[in-house]
Amino acid sequence: MLTAQVGLRLGALDLDVSIDAAPGEIVAILGPNGAGKTTFLRAVAGLVPIAQGRVSLDGVVLDDAARDIHLPPERRPIGVVFQDYLLFPHLSAIENVAFGLRARGLPGREAHARAASWLDRLGLAEQADIRPRALSGGQAQRVALARALAIDPRLLLLDEPLAALDASARGDVRRDLKRHLASFAGIRIVITHDPLEAIALADRLVILERGRVVQTGSPADVTQRPRSRYVADLVGMNLLRGIATAGQVALAGGATLQSADGVDGEVFAVVHPRAVALHRARPEGSPRNVWRGRASALDFQGDRVRVRVEGEMPIIAEVTPAAVRELELAEGGEVWVSVKATEITVYPA
Amino acid sequence: MRSEQPPVLFVVLAVVGIAFFVLPLVGLIYRAPWETALIDLTAPEALTALRLSFVVSLAATALALVLGVPLAWIYARVPFRGRDVVRALTTLPMILPPVVGGVALLFAFGRRGLFGQALDSMFGIRLPFTTAGAVLAATFVAMPFLVLTVEAGLRSMDRRYEDAARTLGAGRWLVFRRVTLPLIAPSIFAGAVLCWARALGEFGATITFAGNLPGTTQTLPLAVYIALETRPEVAVMLSLVLLAISLAILVAMRDRYLRAF
Repeated sequence: MLTAQVGLRLGALDLDVSIDAAPGEIVAILGPNGAGKTTFLRAVAGLVPIAQGRVSLDGVVLDDAARDIHLPPERRPIGVVFQDYLLFPHLSAIENVAFGLRARGLPGREAHARAASWLDRLGLAEQADIRPRALSGGQAQRVALARALAIDPRLLLLDEPLAALDASARGDVRRDLKRHLASFAGIRIVITHDPLEAIALADRLVILERGRVVQTGSPADVTQRPRSRYVADLVGMNLLRGIATAGQVALAGGATLQSADGVDGEVFAVVHPRAVALHRARPEGSPRNVWRGRASALDFQGDRVRVRVEGEMPIIAEVTPAAVRELELAEGGEVWVSVKATEITVYPA
Repeated sequence: MRSEQPPVLFVVLAVVGIAFFVLPLVGLIYRAPWETALIDLTAPEALTALRLSFVVSLAATALALVLGVPLAWIYARVPFRGRDVVRALTTLPMILPPVVGGVALLFAFGRRGLFGQALDSMFGIRLPFTTAGAVLAATFVAMPFLVLTVEAGLRSMDRRYEDAARTLGAGRWLVFRRVTLPLIAPSIFAGAVLCWARALGEFGATITFAGNLPGTTQTLPLAVYIALETRPEVAVMLSLVLLAISLAILVAMRDRYLRAF
């Protein structure tokens, strides 16, 4: 069990984060650049001192700002896979993996044997004597993983484990990584700015923005009910915020939405762009929400076009290229928007 | 690299610039008594000076490594009040006329010097006019090259490698030995070579502080200076030896290592 309350200031970053993780859990910390993800990881690893808070792992206190306790990184049972992997360039793959074992006092021969078995396990037996420079991105990542796991940690921290890879290699490496993570029984925390990676790897997501946790939950929960513009944008949803009374959501901009959900008070409302219809003239029919706007940007994504509509209620609609032609849509052109009340999901803010 | 048609003026000035450096070498090589080269170079005083030069410059480099690497580490890693002033003081010998350095060493470690007196009375150590004194003079002028190069190396290395090593269970000393040192090895090597080259060519501080005693403090440059008056052909040959060594160092290092500066 990891209990981490981390409070610290570092340059422009004001980090105040509380994250718990249960044994066997894979948690992904997802957030934009500069949100404090890496700093949180470094604090838990003991590489950055915390100003407030407490970090404990399986009942052992690693940090306690109030009692001035700070266990140095070399005495924490934590394995770290760093961004860019940071394999020691002057050591071969097997020497990299054996490094932690040697540092912990294991005799050379035994450290070597154990490192060899780790490389074998990760399918790197043939790369044992190769320097990191000559390894592929995926191989380097596995060596970094073997190096972190070889010291038998209770907690494994991975900082952007796929960011250093080519887009073409990422899919395969991600599947491999998921498999290897599954075979490690301890707590795993993956830091990433890629929602796909977070959803693919983790049981639970923690969304970090500007040094604060803004949402935590299962991947399905977070993607269906985003609680911040950042997450909504990541999963491609329209996120609106307002006050609901009896199915009427008064938005901050002055407009009102009709919703079928019966939630009152401060709410978020999400609309999938697919559920937003565009018209040349004011539509007649069942949709409860109809308003006028201006198409401000057209983003062609293969067989779909994302149209940003500005107006009293800015929204993104997803239509087909054929529809764009029929509507004679152009950037700056006038357009009518409609959304069915049943397509709007409303939940408390 | 993009090649460009150079302006005529630049070409002319550049050629003059090159000539300025090449002509003295041509003069030296032209005047070299090649027929008697072997005899001149194997003359006892030449061999003694050559041997002493190597002993002194290598000892100075070793001393500079022992003192200079930790100093560079402190400069690169420990922010303390007055660091810039202290760094300037330890860099001073790079631009100070070596004679001035020699005079300063004499007043500090000379027989009547501030600390020299104490060294003599308490430990019986006398530095002036000894080989140890020549080593000290060479270290004084050469060590800044090593310190600056190693400091630059430490500053440009990715410190996250040290973080990685610590998370793997390595304490600070082990991190320094097994990660930091290997990663800055090119800088240490470059610094040591520059330091050694400077020590090998040292003249002013040595002759002022350690004197010019054949076999004890008369290094190659001092021998060249003395021989110029008595046996110029020996001076020419010894100069060519120094020249060949310097050129070999520059070619071997090229900009690969000098870039560390």
